[in-house]
Amino acid sequence: MSQLRTAPASSRRGHILPSSVSQVGTVTKYELVNYFRSRRFFVLLIIGFAISGILTGLVAYYGVSTFASSALGFYAFWWGYSITFVIAINGIFFGGDAISGEFQNKTGYFLVANPLRRVSIYIGKWLGAFAASLMVFASYAAVTIGNGVYYFGIGIPYQFGESLLFSILYLMAVLGFTFFFSSLFKSSSISILVTAILFLFAFQIIQTLVSVFAQIEPWFILTYGSGIIGNVLADTYPTTQPIRGAGPGGREGTTFAVTIPEGLTIILGYFVVTAILGLLLFQRKEFT
Amino acid sequence: MNAPSIEAVNLSKRYGSFPALSNLNLKIEGSKCVGFLGPNGAGKTTTLKIFTDMIRASEGRALINGIEVHPNKKKALESAGALIESPEIYPSLTPREALSMVAELRGLPKGERRKTIEDAVAEVKMDEWLDKKVGKFSKGMKQRINIAAALLSDPEVVLLDEPTTGLDPRGMSEVRDIVKSLKKRNRLIFMSSHLLNEVQDICDEVAMIDHGKLLVYDTLSNVTTRFSSDGGNVVEIEFSRDIDDQAVNRNIGTLTNVNSAERIDSRRVRIRFSGGAQIQERLLSDIATMKIGMISFHSPTSALEDTYLNLIKDTL
Repeated sequence: MSQLRTAPASSRRGHILPSSVSQVGTVTKYELVNYFRSRRFFVLLIIGFAISGILTGLVAYYGVSTFASSALGFYAFWWGYSITFVIAINGIFFGGDAISGEFQNKTGYFLVANPLRRVSIYIGKWLGAFAASLMVFASYAAVTIGNGVYYFGIGIPYQFGESLLFSILYLMAVLGFTFFFSSLFKSSSISILVTAILFLFAFQIIQTLVSVFAQIEPWFILTYGSGIIGNVLADTYPTTQPIRGAGPGGREGTTFAVTIPEGLTIILGYFVVTAILGLLLFQRKEFT
Repeated sequence: MNAPSIEAVNLSKRYGSFPALSNLNLKIEGSKCVGFLGPNGAGKTTTLKIFTDMIRASEGRALINGIEVHPNKKKALESAGALIESPEIYPSLTPREALSMVAELRGLPKGERRKTIEDAVAEVKMDEWLDKKVGKFSKGMKQRINIAAALLSDPEVVLLDEPTTGLDPRGMSEVRDIVKSLKKRNRLIFMSSHLLNEVQDICDEVAMIDHGKLLVYDTLSNVTTRFSSDGGNVVEIEFSRDIDDQAVNRNIGTLTNVNSAERIDSRRVRIRFSGGAQIQERLLSDIATMKIGMISFHSPTSALEDTYLNLIKDTL
């Protein structure tokens, strides 16, 4: 009906509504401005620097040979053991309430009543959280490399590059997952709490129970997939193998080691599935 | 150019078994202000939220300028500005930044953004706060920025959900002036409110809703004439000096079409008359020529209230 007859208001007024891609960029930009102005970003930077500082102090105090005898060993000790925690913390704090906060704090009412698709809001906010997390991540990586270069010279092992790439993919998956939970709830504190419990305790406990007691490879747990970040830094890539005493009660069992293809599949699978589910949830969620 | 319009077609919304909105059919077209009245939980905000795609209708369609909102939100809201409930703005942003975001999302040309934002903020009397963080603002100050955001792109259709909520009396008056100025600029304003005097002051038409059902939609004068207990043809006159019963009965009570004239107090008189706006105009002229100190001649604000109370028997 009049849809065909009516010229868009924008063209009548001399301005044209931006494309959805451009609107994603706008949402991302202001999401980042909001992060930079909030304490959260600086708290996470401080946490990153605090972990780096503790590790730097430990290595300086006890000597690098106490922890690693090679550059690869150094990066395995430093990066391999800590980066998943740094990523989880970033995911929890940047993603945990990214969507739920829009409902609870009513900031969504300011944004959603504008002519832009919800998918643009979701992706824009996700990219904002990803960019903010990457900055914390990059500062942590810079300190790691700085120490590595100081102790073992400029020759950074290529495995660290692989680990860096896997870490970025893991960060994407963690943010996809936390955004999904953030879309599930309307309360910021609940969504942050649930994601924190999952990443800091539950996943690890379930992984241990499943792999040690049930003797099942925990391929369905994201943190198991993230094992490739540390595994790739090992002198010899660990493999799944039967080991006496690894099973319940010291019986024969299997220690599981995720392979790179498996790890990438788990990480990317989590990212794709949770991103789609989170987006669908946000699109269906009502501002009641 | 077509007149701006909004239309609800068999619009329904249910929450479980609770019908928040039942089969709402309403078409509003043209440059005017329509007051949307009803008690708490009547379905006013639900309707406005469906029009902005904040919630989905269980059945039916909501259209803005002929474009169905839910499947075409971006296109439908292109020519609409909305203020639903009292949105919060990221507390770390300044009004300039928050409005810049809206300006960018709505595609305001870069060269015009700065002036448009400054003008919008000046219109809501917040220019001194343009570069202060929103987190420090009172509820009323935030609401002023929200109003500026809703009007930033000079939309044809303006949807306002209790826009004066949280504002002080001066702020309320300023918002009323803004809405009146929008009417002069050929905009369609659909505004929910609990404040009957506000609606009576600025709206041309009213739609009343209760328990999710539309009770009436008509011009303000038709609604008050049809549904108020005194037929709506009542005016209150105020005088600059005392007026006695004799003068009321002899001078005013005997005018043609006046059914009754009664003193409310020593300087105020209420008259009931038969006829429409033309008769009311003549009465005003007749009483003015009497030179008995008339300083005000207006419909009592209770006319709409009376209508409201007659139509809406109970509140949730």
